[in-house]
Amino acid sequence: MADTDRLIRTAERAPVIGPVTMVRLVIILAVLAIWEFLSHSGWLYRDVIPSLVNIGAALFDLLTHGEYYFNLAVTAGEVGTALVLGGSAGIIVGIALGANRFLSKAFESYLYYLGPTPKIIFFPIMIMWFGVGSGSKIALGTLSCFFPVALNVAAGMRQIDKTLIRVGRSFRATTAQMVFKIYLPAMRHPIINGVRLGLGVALIGTLLAETKLSNKGIGFLIINAYSTFDMPRMYAMLIVLFVLAIGANAGVGRLGGLDSIKRH
Amino acid sequence: MTIADTSAPMRRHKLGNVFPAAVGLGSLVAFFVLVELLIQIGVLNRFIIPPPSEIIESFPRVIVEEHVVARFFQTLTECLTAGVMLTVFGVAGGVLMHRFKLLQQACETWIAAMASAPIVLCYPLFLVIFGRSAWTIIMMGFVSALPPVILKTIEGISSTRKVLVNVGRSFNLTPSQQFWKILFPASLPTIFVGIRLGLIFALINVVGVEFLINFGGLGQLINEMAERYDLAGTYAAICFVILVSVLFFMAVEKVERWLTRTD
Repeated sequence: MADTDRLIRTAERAPVIGPVTMVRLVIILAVLAIWEFLSHSGWLYRDVIPSLVNIGAALFDLLTHGEYYFNLAVTAGEVGTALVLGGSAGIIVGIALGANRFLSKAFESYLYYLGPTPKIIFFPIMIMWFGVGSGSKIALGTLSCFFPVALNVAAGMRQIDKTLIRVGRSFRATTAQMVFKIYLPAMRHPIINGVRLGLGVALIGTLLAETKLSNKGIGFLIINAYSTFDMPRMYAMLIVLFVLAIGANAGVGRLGGLDSIKRH
Repeated sequence: MTIADTSAPMRRHKLGNVFPAAVGLGSLVAFFVLVELLIQIGVLNRFIIPPPSEIIESFPRVIVEEHVVARFFQTLTECLTAGVMLTVFGVAGGVLMHRFKLLQQACETWIAAMASAPIVLCYPLFLVIFGRSAWTIIMMGFVSALPPVILKTIEGISSTRKVLVNVGRSFNLTPSQQFWKILFPASLPTIFVGIRLGLIFALINVVGVEFLINFGGLGQLINEMAERYDLAGTYAAICFVILVSVLFFMAVEKVERWLTRTD
């Protein structure tokens, strides 16, 4: 009974909004107030920082028109296909490199150093190989996605508990059984982490390719808004894109039971 | 155990690494020879994939006629400028957030989320603000690479061993002395990891934005060659950028190892 009273008193004393939430609210409000002040100050070029009201109106306009969802579906389709192709290839290559020390010594350094190179520079080649349509965007996304998945899976393979592998071998498991019963379940976290990184870079690769040469997709809409100097619309699209990208990243992380959405 | 005893396994280990490396390099050469043969016999279209021999031949032309050295230094300058800004603002931001715990608790998740956001997609916005200039490229490299530097700085300072902090306290160090004599030196290895990641992100974004806005150094070179439909030149320029990127990563890794060596 005494414990219950104490709990009730503690609950009564606890503030409705915690200090962290309060700081967050203050930061958000301060940023919005500074933004609105700058938009009316005339210190910057007109429309570079549009009024929040205009951005809100553009956001509403964006989300209530079917055109945006069509382009979102195009980009989502390209990124999804790139993730499936690049992710599958990355898992296969990662397992091969992680399971075989010789292959790892022979080829992994190439992947390690090619991984962080800027993939957008391959876009002219992708256009020549796959045309100016969705194919070249998917190809660039696939290429971007392959490296982080392959490297994470290879590193994950090497961290598998040796006892599990010995158990599999003592049961005379075939290669396919070893892959599906031992390797893949034991590497759930590295694979999900690789897919999460792969999703991020596939999204960036696909969208950048769309901004360079495309007539559909979110990247095209962003560069189109820039070309027509429709700044509120551009801000609205960037806001929605950031929310979707961060949400997708966190979603994949949560799917794999990863604690944080930190990139490294 | 004598020195001779220990050197024999080491030699074997080195020899054990040489053979796989030779196989890796040999496979790469064999792949290019195969592509050359397939193009020469007409299986692959030479107007889509130029023969590797033509790409190699075009290297001197691209280097001389396209002023590759000047372009390389332009890209390097943009990248290093972004790197200096990253180091100053990223480390200062991380220190500030560690100093004010409430700020850290409020903002760390946001910064981690920003690290996963496609910030480079803001390049049209930066084009409007800074114009089609080197500053658009530098600022894009800086902003895209800032989150890992801040996060690694916080991680480095927060993971300082408790015993070191207690030693500082037992000497009655002031907060400033505690930071400069204990926390900062202890967190330097992790901070360098953040700066290395930041520099890699900066290079990726600098070259990418150069290509996209057709301005600046090596990124623009690829765009120009592609627009001229100089196939061999485009492939040669891409090879050159890959080579520069790889050398840059290796150099940054070496510098990090040198700065964080313990002996």
